[in-house]
Amino acid sequence: MSVVFDEKIQQTLANPKLQLAIYTSTGRLMDHRKKSLTGQLPDFEELRTHANAIKKHTIENLDYYLEQLEANVQAHGGKVVWCRDGQEVADFVLALAKEKGSKLIVKSKSMTTEEIDFNERLELHHLESVETDLGEYILQLKHERPYHIVAPALHLTRYDVANLFEKELGVPNDTVIENQTMLARKVLRDKFLQADIGVSGANFLVADSGAIVLVENEGNARLTTSAPKIHIAVAGVEKLIPRAQDLATFLKLLGRSATGQPLTVYTSFLSGPKRGPEVGGNEIDGPDEFYLVLLDNGRTKVLADAEKRQVLYCIRCGACLNHCPVYRKIGGHSFPWVYSGPIGAIITPQFMSVRHEPGLPFASSLCGACAEVCPVKIDIPKMLLDLREDVVKARTEDNSNQLERLAFKMFAFAMSHPKLYRLAGKMAARFGPKQAWVSHAPGLEMLPPVKSWLSQRDLPSPAKKSFRDLWKERKG
Amino acid sequence: MQRDLILRDVRKALGRYQGEAIPPPPPARIVIPEVPVSQRIDSMLERVVALAGKTLRARSMAEARDYVAGLIQGKTAVASNAPFLRECGITELPGVRSGIADRDELRGLCATCHYGITSADFGLSDTGSLVMISSREEARLVSLLPPAHIAVLPASKLLTGLDELFNILPHPAEQTSSMVLITGPSRTADIEQILVRGVHGPGEIHVVVVEGV
Repeated sequence: MSVVFDEKIQQTLANPKLQLAIYTSTGRLMDHRKKSLTGQLPDFEELRTHANAIKKHTIENLDYYLEQLEANVQAHGGKVVWCRDGQEVADFVLALAKEKGSKLIVKSKSMTTEEIDFNERLELHHLESVETDLGEYILQLKHERPYHIVAPALHLTRYDVANLFEKELGVPNDTVIENQTMLARKVLRDKFLQADIGVSGANFLVADSGAIVLVENEGNARLTTSAPKIHIAVAGVEKLIPRAQDLATFLKLLGRSATGQPLTVYTSFLSGPKRGPEVGGNEIDGPDEFYLVLLDNGRTKVLADAEKRQVLYCIRCGACLNHCPVYRKIGGHSFPWVYSGPIGAIITPQFMSVRHEPGLPFASSLCGACAEVCPVKIDIPKMLLDLREDVVKARTEDNSNQLERLAFKMFAFAMSHPKLYRLAGKMAARFGPKQAWVSHAPGLEMLPPVKSWLSQRDLPSPAKKSFRDLWKERKG
Repeated sequence: MQRDLILRDVRKALGRYQGEAIPPPPPARIVIPEVPVSQRIDSMLERVVALAGKTLRARSMAEARDYVAGLIQGKTAVASNAPFLRECGITELPGVRSGIADRDELRGLCATCHYGITSADFGLSDTGSLVMISSREEARLVSLLPPAHIAVLPASKLLTGLDELFNILPHPAEQTSSMVLITGPSRTADIEQILVRGVHGPGEIHVVVVEGV
């Protein structure tokens, strides 16, 4: 575990106000989920199994569905932009904004854009990009990253928000949540009507329709995708599902798992720009241009592992965070990257590297609550175990102690060659010390490779007869 | 360029070659229950009320019109170009602007009026959702920019739920760039998980279902 990880955990544990906020909010989300399932959706388990099968099929044939998606986006007048990383996304958006003379972007909530520091990259080039989801707006003013996948400002109280708005917006300190919300509505409404470009994420990409699906409660994603002249959707390549009809499965699972809603307030199914008279349609409003940015950012690397690629099934509902006893104590900001909780503990090592925070897969009690609630049945505990193995492997690889590596190589060689092993045993019995090593051969424990090992323990002398010899004798 | 590189990496990781056929996907899971119309209306309205929306089960188009007239007294409203609103006589009510086909004009009106009045292409009775398909008849912004939304739809448009919707419309993108499901008033719980309505979209929603049509 890195010092930073440890320090952040200790800070969170030592903050009673924060502990209460995390505990209460995740508790409420758990209750809401449970209520929305009890007696409401009798085929919940079948839906989970079905969703898992669809995601497995899609991920295993991802190239096929990506090409189908691309063809259908183009057929509806949209453009597809493929990007390897955040820099390429920023380059594309900056070039487009320059070409169109755009100065202001409105953004709806997207974890994928958090992943690539989207706003920060644009701000470096003096392009203003405003988060419009209330929680994300608060965090942008506070220069913080989301605390939770679906409830980004879960760690802040009305008093924090009142102080923040007073400082950043120059308004009187007001701790009434309704007033704070209405103030944000007013400020952001102007932004929506002024912005030239709207940037959204995508909860699903629908291959047979060339469509993106967005779920939300506030209406900011609808405004982002309908008010400005240009709509850019940024999505990870894994967000695909084959057919619009599959939404009958996924939408039932997503809202309930995330916030306990059978459906969120708004579910938008969007394909291409507005179809006005110029293209033979009759729509009155909507964007004139639509771009779908397909982002890799580590995903293709994950695909190669047939077992661990199931991390790409995730639909970002956040249920595993709410039900995780570790997340509920150490909170979202202790985690080393934008994704927190159990899903973060398996995304981060795979998208970034197991070396990014080696302690991460170990920060779990493996209680299994995450797998029990996952709407697409990702076996998170199993993956945590596999990732622990990867961490140890990486550590062994990185170990710069040449002598130790050589010793282990020789040991491994001897262990896998029975004749050599027997010979070594005989040699040790004949030439090795006749009593315990350290206490009878002072100075030996100072040898560098065995120093730390022998500082706490002693090595017994080799037996005169090996177990194999004894076995042979008694049998014979 | 990047496209080909990414697709190449995907294929390499999956052990697939370009143009390789795929096994059939698991069949889509569509389960449609039998629910009589009267029960659909009850369920639709119950769900909307549970979400803090207001409702009316209107026995006639005239009753629907009178309800809307009572709401908008003295306030401004924009109605979509849905023929059903005209049939109900709602577009003729005083204070109601309708028949707008220009984007900028519509946007300006929607940003300043109090009520947005629409019909709906369908209703989903198990969740209380309105299905809005963008077209000349239903622009996107009428149900979005004004602080209050009134939807008036015939009972015959009520479906049981998502499964029936995607059974009737397996390819929504063939007919529209935007299909939106609206389930209750706009809301947020981003500060302390406390529910506040009307953050960006309408905080007030009225759903009027007209029987017999």
